[in-house]
Parts: sequence; structure tokens; C-alpha cells
Amino acid sequence: MQVAFEPEARVGKADFDVERIRQDFPILKQEVNGHPLIYLDNAATTQKPQIVLDAIARYYQEQNANVHRGVHYLSQLATREYEEARFKIQRFINAAESHEIIFTRGATESINLVANSYGRKFIGEGDEIIVSTLEHHSNIVPWQLLCEQTGAKLRVIPINDAGELLIDEFAQMLNARVKMVAVVHLSNALGTLNPVKRIIELAHSREIPVLLDGAQAVPHLKVDVRDLDCDFYALSGHKMYGPTGIGVLYGKSELLNAMPPFMGGGDMIASVTFEKTTYNALPAKFEAGTPHIEGSIGLGVAVDYLNSIGLERIGAYEHELLEYATEIIGAIPGIKLVGTAHEKASVLSFTLDNIHPHDIGTILDDQGIAIRAGHHCAQPVMKRFGIPATARASLAFYNTKEEIDTLAEGIRKAIEVFS
Amino acid sequence: MSDLSELYQQVILDHNKKPRNYKKIEPADREQEGYNPLCGDQITLYLKMNGDVIEDIGFEGSGCAISKASASMMTTVIKGKTKEEAEVLFSEFHRMVKGELDPETDPHHLGRMTILAGVREFPARVKCASLSWHTLHAALEGHRETTSTE
Repeated sequence: MQVAFEPEARVGKADFDVERIRQDFPILKQEVNGHPLIYLDNAATTQKPQIVLDAIARYYQEQNANVHRGVHYLSQLATREYEEARFKIQRFINAAESHEIIFTRGATESINLVANSYGRKFIGEGDEIIVSTLEHHSNIVPWQLLCEQTGAKLRVIPINDAGELLIDEFAQMLNARVKMVAVVHLSNALGTLNPVKRIIELAHSREIPVLLDGAQAVPHLKVDVRDLDCDFYALSGHKMYGPTGIGVLYGKSELLNAMPPFMGGGDMIASVTFEKTTYNALPAKFEAGTPHIEGSIGLGVAVDYLNSIGLERIGAYEHELLEYATEIIGAIPGIKLVGTAHEKASVLSFTLDNIHPHDIGTILDDQGIAIRAGHHCAQPVMKRFGIPATARASLAFYNTKEEIDTLAEGIRKAIEVFS
Repeated sequence: MSDLSELYQQVILDHNKKPRNYKKIEPADREQEGYNPLCGDQITLYLKMNGDVIEDIGFEGSGCAISKASASMMTTVIKGKTKEEAEVLFSEFHRMVKGELDPETDPHHLGRMTILAGVREFPARVKCASLSWHTLHAALEGHRETTSTE
């Protein structure tokens, strides 16, 4: 590992060697359209450090076999690596038990798992599910599907003009019919960091379970599911420097045990006859079929990598970078920042007078700068602000202030093209 | 000329700033919604028909410079054309922005619409340029549902 883990170290620019960190990400060395790549689309997906890429290659070169099945050497090796990844994630989010870590394809599948399994058993006609205006479509549509199937009702926590949840209104929405609160931890469209601890306290005071969509939060801040006391937590590997196609559902044991399987198949059963099938114990009950073995191993190594730098240091550096970007980009005439919550991380969403976000995106791309332009799979957020789309720069700890300066220059160029 | 300045030519920027035929026609013989679900670009197209001839055409909506300019230019080209002529133009335009028709060497009837040929160098923007044309095609076929670029 190139960077030593120093949990007690004073956080500051001096001990955060971003140039050294950038060396760990081979993709950042390339040029795009004749310019050095400036990758500011980290909320869509993050780049992967070399050690993650090496772990995936090593798996196929030296360890590949199916897990939980064989008596032979390779199968046992693959199983050990796969289960070791589960332990790494358990420790990373401080879950009480490793079997509370369910491997899925991503945060989307994690939420669908809860909506289908928990939802169909415990949520019925006339019940209510609360989400927020800030949700990604992946934390809206699974619940809408459940509502269609059961006759339950979806209710939405409103936000203010800064993009912050109205917690007092949320408290008013809680009643005996509410059977689930599902909210995003860190908004992908605006960067709002929600007061999830308060939300969980309020919901738990009425014994309502809470699911947090943590796809964006996990790469930017230390998440402790036991300290939060959330009931479910969904995360995506590719947004935390791991591979695509792998994610995690954390769930409290007692809830996961009470839930029926989501998908049926191999590995999730204890015994099968045509008369009756009994299901395997956690976590296998929710992991039907051959899993994404190298994805899990790669995610475990991504967690090692994040630990080696330390989430506190990452968070502090990114906070400094976001403040810098907010100041520099916010000062450009014609720029309107969308999402100005007091508590924010990583995301700078903006619009520009008379220039559509797609045109900004194309002009920046011509200068090697990758941003996202569009509705960010969060159309209700866009509707709340009365805009069809925003341009979004989303930061990672391998980004630099110099890159922000180049982004600002790029935006000025877009203004020039359209003047 | 770089690809970018070919994409954002003055004519295109001008149509974006001052879109032609940006109007609702009431009553319209055909009214068609077009939508690009990937980016949220949205257009409503209004046609006034005289038999098979497109007597008047107007549009409203929101979108990027490319989608707006393409819609604006389309309306100026399409007014007075027959349904059959419009369909030929739709097909030619579609092939041009996908890079299957080279306006320099292949026969076509696109006239000043060829200024949008630069879009073929920007695969992510092809749908922006073709949204209005897909919507026109659907309007002429008499579809009722919102047309999608997907």
C-alpha cells in the first residue's frame, strides 16, 4: 500500500499527497481530446485504483472457481476470498455480523430486494411508505411498484430551496400507517447530506424501519450502521472505487431473518424437493445463483484502499475541495448553484444562463473535462427547482484545485461560445 | 475548424437564441409530444395540414442548443412540403447525423440542414439533433402517444 493509515494524523493539505494518490489510478494518466483527463463525474462512477484491477486479474489468473460448492482447492480458495470480502465490508460499515452483509448487483438491487421481500410481507393496502424529494429513481420506483402491487401509498418529504429536507414536516408525516422510511444519505443530484440520525430517531420512536440509500455517502464519509441504527443500508461498489455489478445490502439480522427470499436458485436453499424447499441461512438466503465473485473481492480491496487513506482524511480533503469549487465556480457571472445545503459533500450542481447543461457538457468534454449533464436520475428534484437538467461536477479525493481552475476556465469558454 | 466549432456554428447558435416558428398553432391538425428520456429534452410539435401538404408548423419545448436549433431549422425547411417529401427528409437527416449519409458526396435534399452534419462527430448528441425529426415522423404517422428517441 502506498499511503500509510494514520488515524491520529492532523488532517490538512500538508499530509494529503494528492499527486501520490493520483499515481494509484492508471486511467487518470490519459489524455482526452488532446487535454489531460479531468474526471469530475465521480457521482456517476468512480475510477479504480491499480490494486483493485490487480485483484480482479489475480482472481481469474490464480483463484477462479465456483464458491460454496467444491471440495477442491480452488473452490475453497475462491470461497475464502469471497467471504473475506464480506468481513471487510462488515468492518468497514461496522455491522454487528458478517451475515448482515448481502452481496447484490448494486444499491438499486439492494433497494429492490427490501421492497420486494420485506415490502410484500410487511406492507399492505392502506399502509404508507415515506421517501424524500431528493431520491434517485432507484429509491422511488421500487416503492412505486410495491404500492401498485399492494395498494400502499407513497408519501414524499419536501425540501427547501437550498435542497434540505424539511424535518418538521417529516415528523408530521409519521403515523401508525407508515411502514417504511426510505431516504438517501447523500443526494447524488445536489450533494445534500441528510440528517439521517435524526430521521432514524423520529421513525424509530414509532417503530418504523428505515432504509438508507448510501450509494453516494459511503465513498465520502465514515458510515457506521450501528451508530446510525439504520435497519437497512444500500451501497454500490463502483461508486466507492470498486468494480461495477457489485453492491451490498446491509440489514439487521432480525429483519433479514424474518424476510422471505427475493430470488430463488442455487446456494440459497437448504434442501429442495418438488414438495417443499427449505431456505438457507443468512446471508446465502439472499444470494441465489453464482455470485459476482471477482466483484466482491475487488470491492473488498477497494475498502482496504479507502482504509489505507482513511475516510476522515478523504472527507476533510474533499470538503476543502468542494468549498474551493463552490467559491470559484459560484463566482462566474451567470452561474446558478443548485443545491446549497448547509451540510454537503462532493457534488456541485449548477446551471448557466442561456446555456443548456448538455451544451456545457459537450464544450467541457472538448477540453478533456468529464462532468454529468442531465437530470441525474432524480427528475423530482429537477421538477422541484423548475429546471429540466443541471450540469454536475462531482468530486473525488484524486481531484485537485488545479482541475477546478481548469473547469472554471472551461465554463468561461462555454459562455464565450454562446455569447 | 475543430469539431467543436463545427458543432456550434453561428447559424446553429442563432437558431438556438432565436428559434423560428417557436409557437403554438391553435387549432392544430396534428399535435405531437417528443421526449428524450436520457436527458429530459422535450418538444411539442404542431402541424397544420392542407391535404398532404404541411401548411404551417410550430414547436415549443425545452432542450439544448442542438435540439432547439435542429427543431427550428427543421420547421423552416419542412413548411410547404408534402408528407412524402417530409418523410424523405426525415430519413436523410437521420442518416446524416448517424454518419451514414455524407452530405458532401451523397445525393440528398437537406439544403441548409447539412449544417448539422457536425453532430455525427458527437455520438452523445445525435439524439438531441434528431428528436424534432422523430417527433415530426410520429406526427405524420398519426401517433398519439409521446414519441421517444429510445
